[in-house]
Amino acid sequence: MVPRYKAGKYEVAVIGGGHAGIEAALAAARLGCQTVMFTITLDWVGNMPCNPSIGGTAKGHLVRELDALGGEMGVAADKNTLQSRMLNRGKGPAVYSLRAQIDRRAYSGYMKHTVEKQQNLDVKQAEITELEYSDGKWYLVTNLGAQYECDTVIIATGTFLGGRIYVGEVNYESGPDGAFPATMLSESLKKLNIPLRRFKTGTPARVLKSSIDFSQLEVQPGDDETEPFSYSTKFEPENKVVCHISYTNDRTKKVILQNLHRSPLYGGVIEGVGPRYCPSIEDKIVRFADKPRHQLFIEPCGEDTEEMYLQGMSSSLPEEVQIQFYRTIKGLENVKVMRNAYAIEYDCIDPIALMASLEFKDHPGLYGAGQFNGSSGYEEAAAQGLIAGINAARKVKGQPPVILSRASSYIGTLIDDLVTKGCSDPYRMMTSRSEYRLILRQDNADERLMPIGYEIGLVSQDTYNVFLERKEKKEKEIERISSTFLSPSKELNELLEKMGTATVNTGCRLSDLIKRPQLGYEVLAPFDKNRPNLEKSVWEKVETEIKYEGYISRQLSQVNEMLRLEKKLIPNDLDYSDVYGLRIEAREKLQQIKPLSIGQASRISGVSPADISVLIIYLERGKDGRL
Amino acid sequence: MSEKTVAAISTPQGEGGISVIRISGDDAISIADLCFKGVSGKKLSSLKGYEAAFGEVFSNDEKIDDAVALVFREPKSYTGENVVELSVHGGRMAAQKTLSTVLKAGAVPAQNGEFTKRAFLNGKLDLSEAESVMELISAKNNTALRLSLAAKDGKISREIDVITERLLETAANLAAYSDYPDEDIEGLNFENFSNLLNDCSNKLKRMLDTFDSSKTIREGIDCAIVGRPNVGKSTLMNLLSGFERSIVTDVAGTTRDVIENTVCIADITLNLADTAGIRQTDDLVENLGVSLAQKRMNTAALVLAVFDGSSALTEDDISLINCLDKRITVIIINKNDLGINIDKSVFEGFCCVEISAKEDESIDCLKEAIVEITQTAKISESDAVLISERQRNCADRAYNAVLEALDTLKSGFTLDAVGICVDDAISSLLELTGKRVTNEVCDEVFRRFCVGK
Repeated sequence: MVPRYKAGKYEVAVIGGGHAGIEAALAAARLGCQTVMFTITLDWVGNMPCNPSIGGTAKGHLVRELDALGGEMGVAADKNTLQSRMLNRGKGPAVYSLRAQIDRRAYSGYMKHTVEKQQNLDVKQAEITELEYSDGKWYLVTNLGAQYECDTVIIATGTFLGGRIYVGEVNYESGPDGAFPATMLSESLKKLNIPLRRFKTGTPARVLKSSIDFSQLEVQPGDDETEPFSYSTKFEPENKVVCHISYTNDRTKKVILQNLHRSPLYGGVIEGVGPRYCPSIEDKIVRFADKPRHQLFIEPCGEDTEEMYLQGMSSSLPEEVQIQFYRTIKGLENVKVMRNAYAIEYDCIDPIALMASLEFKDHPGLYGAGQFNGSSGYEEAAAQGLIAGINAARKVKGQPPVILSRASSYIGTLIDDLVTKGCSDPYRMMTSRSEYRLILRQDNADERLMPIGYEIGLVSQDTYNVFLERKEKKEKEIERISSTFLSPSKELNELLEKMGTATVNTGCRLSDLIKRPQLGYEVLAPFDKNRPNLEKSVWEKVETEIKYEGYISRQLSQVNEMLRLEKKLIPNDLDYSDVYGLRIEAREKLQQIKPLSIGQASRISGVSPADISVLIIYLERGKDGRL
Repeated sequence: MSEKTVAAISTPQGEGGISVIRISGDDAISIADLCFKGVSGKKLSSLKGYEAAFGEVFSNDEKIDDAVALVFREPKSYTGENVVELSVHGGRMAAQKTLSTVLKAGAVPAQNGEFTKRAFLNGKLDLSEAESVMELISAKNNTALRLSLAAKDGKISREIDVITERLLETAANLAAYSDYPDEDIEGLNFENFSNLLNDCSNKLKRMLDTFDSSKTIREGIDCAIVGRPNVGKSTLMNLLSGFERSIVTDVAGTTRDVIENTVCIADITLNLADTAGIRQTDDLVENLGVSLAQKRMNTAALVLAVFDGSSALTEDDISLINCLDKRITVIIINKNDLGINIDKSVFEGFCCVEISAKEDESIDCLKEAIVEITQTAKISESDAVLISERQRNCADRAYNAVLEALDTLKSGFTLDAVGICVDDAISSLLELTGKRVTNEVCDEVFRRFCVGK
């Protein structure tokens, strides 16, 4: 046994320096707690072992929300953007999603420097091997015997925890991107009665840029006009690179099917469950056998590297098979693989062990975030890291936890899904996970969350003032437009006709015209004499709120209905074996999850509406009343 | 905590072949053992579920009746609890005595609908099925009974499930479309969407259309019998009722208040109101009756206007005819046994029958006329019919949401707005079948089953 020595005391300790760990450590330190962040290798702080990109559908929303609450990811992404696109532009404001290609090494360097500079935060390279609890304190022990005494601990171990890499017949203990894994901590967690399970994920190959024939490929450029993730970024990120698109074909399919038996997944070697929504190429080919081709994106990993990422082509087939099938693809006929694709399996928990604050139900002061909680994705991890960091700091200060509702944010939805429903495969955020898409837009994350971020103390007075100004401008403009009337004129009717919508012969409200799908805020500018000069981000919001007013209010009424069930609280000490009429499965689930409200209870799988009725009736009549 | 064991006679009142006394709850079997002796000598508590025993029910060692006891063990019973059903000979006495004995042995009387409430709370029935059982219990005629039965068998749920499935498919397509912006997803085109939505809106419309007529079937038609004094209104009422409900005398103006009765002819339930004869009168009490009669006539859904065919029409008759609405009125020319002495041309355009209300056979042509006017025959038994205001309300919200989705799609709005309407429709339908709990559903549980504080 390694001799221990007392190495220091902290209020908040974070295990892991990935996207969850960074946000957790920064939030706790910024809220004034003495904080330490442990990472197995300092060179990989904020590493992107998979996609060199941030954002995308629903994930872009998460980044904006993080930013509104005072997180770091949005700022870091803006500063290191290679290319920026707003996805789903034609599909409506509810699903607009910002996505940026990121310079991977530059991003990691920025994040490393940010945590290093942060006041109240110490960053240490060490592997945590043991976690113990006694007399209200947590003790963390490193592989070198350093013992830290901490009030709260946040576990954000990602794929490092019990990490094992699979490439065909070969497998070995490893963290991502060739880093050391954390091999001892799992045993220590099991001693604390924290059950662990195996999940897996995968990543495609990185290939040499000069070995690709770009002349044969479709180009995917960035947007002409870009916008940043962060509300505090004052510049428009520049497009420095283009991406390319290619497709698999029959030959790709043939190579993969012929070698399927050599896949550790299909050969039954991997026990971990992979992400349904981010399948490997062999998964796609088996599950969607009818599809003639699958798309792939070729994305640069940075400005100062020739490594290119093959999005959509993750695989755990043997290296020689990988080379063979990559070379069946148009443009990649002579491709040189620099890093092979692999699958990685790791330990994580079933998140129903956590409360909505991300604190363990049975372990006061212990929190989980990121892949450790069963999620997948940098943005999902960062979102949980931030909330865990905030709540650990608040616990230290004796304040109640911050719990975001589903109606407030994707972050709230993400956490509610995890702790209420658990997850049977790595959880990825999607717009369809939210029942309130039109309210939870990426453009209004500030209105939804910045007041909370400000109140918590992570959003500065300056940023908050700018927000208030922006909000006031928007509200004034909506008011102005709703009370502005346009008189019918030849010019106006010419425009209406040209846009394919009905002409007018009496005066009409400007807002009514903007509501027409064929028209918008900008196109009516010549007829709107008193229009103030507004930033695009403001008038776009004005346009959305006017255009979608009816749909927004439809959704708001759904929110209000939900809130009524959310407000029916369930006492924490309720003994469900006392509730007559609950089915056994429901009783067990409820006992385990201990939902805070009837609303949360109704989202638990295995709890039927009849069970909910029983529960409501039980709560309404009190314990002794007869049915 | 367990619920009390309840018992009730669960067969309808009246002279049936057998009566069933149902006992449900944790102690159902031990309570039944206190009142039932099997010929085999076996205790009921030694029986497995779905087993029967023959024996007798007794009270204070005195035999009440022969009986068959049927044992159900939880959760495999109607209510999901332990249940014993004691079948005794028909007739009120034996059943009543058996129930008293069971209650003495420790059961408490079941409230109206309590077995169903327990079945619902134990997850044996969904909300729309439970609602239909309640309707079944209170069904007033055969058609209503059949419709409730269809609903109880899950017909509404099945039909709604079909629509919900289709909407979910739409929602899933929309989700894939926005969550995977870079994938080429098939089947996403305007035509597919609008066909699917149109189909759903038609199905919902059809369900909503049948609601009003089915309501008529369930709740009956308010029907006023009107006419000047002494043309035979009360005789007609009695003919329809099959017994003397109204006092019949030769003195004109005998009926002074509104006499009500519910009758069922040709499977149509009529909520009859016999009214005071409508005429100008100085009698104060009679006058009050007359104005009540006029009020009834104005609110009724069916008016049976009675005229004396044996003597010429009076001024009162003519002014009555002028007040009648041809669409809801059956003209009854009474006393045809005395010969027809009136000018029938004033009834042109009306549905008209000639009868003698004193003759029982007159009922047949009356039936035909009533069916013709009310046209309730248009509901087919194979229809899934919404049977409560709550269900109608949900279906209506879903219908409007689907219409708005269609409008949104047609007007060229973005698909996320279409999705919001589709989501709304889905949640209304899930609420209809009770698969989604909302405050409304819970309120309904409280209201219908008188549970709670």
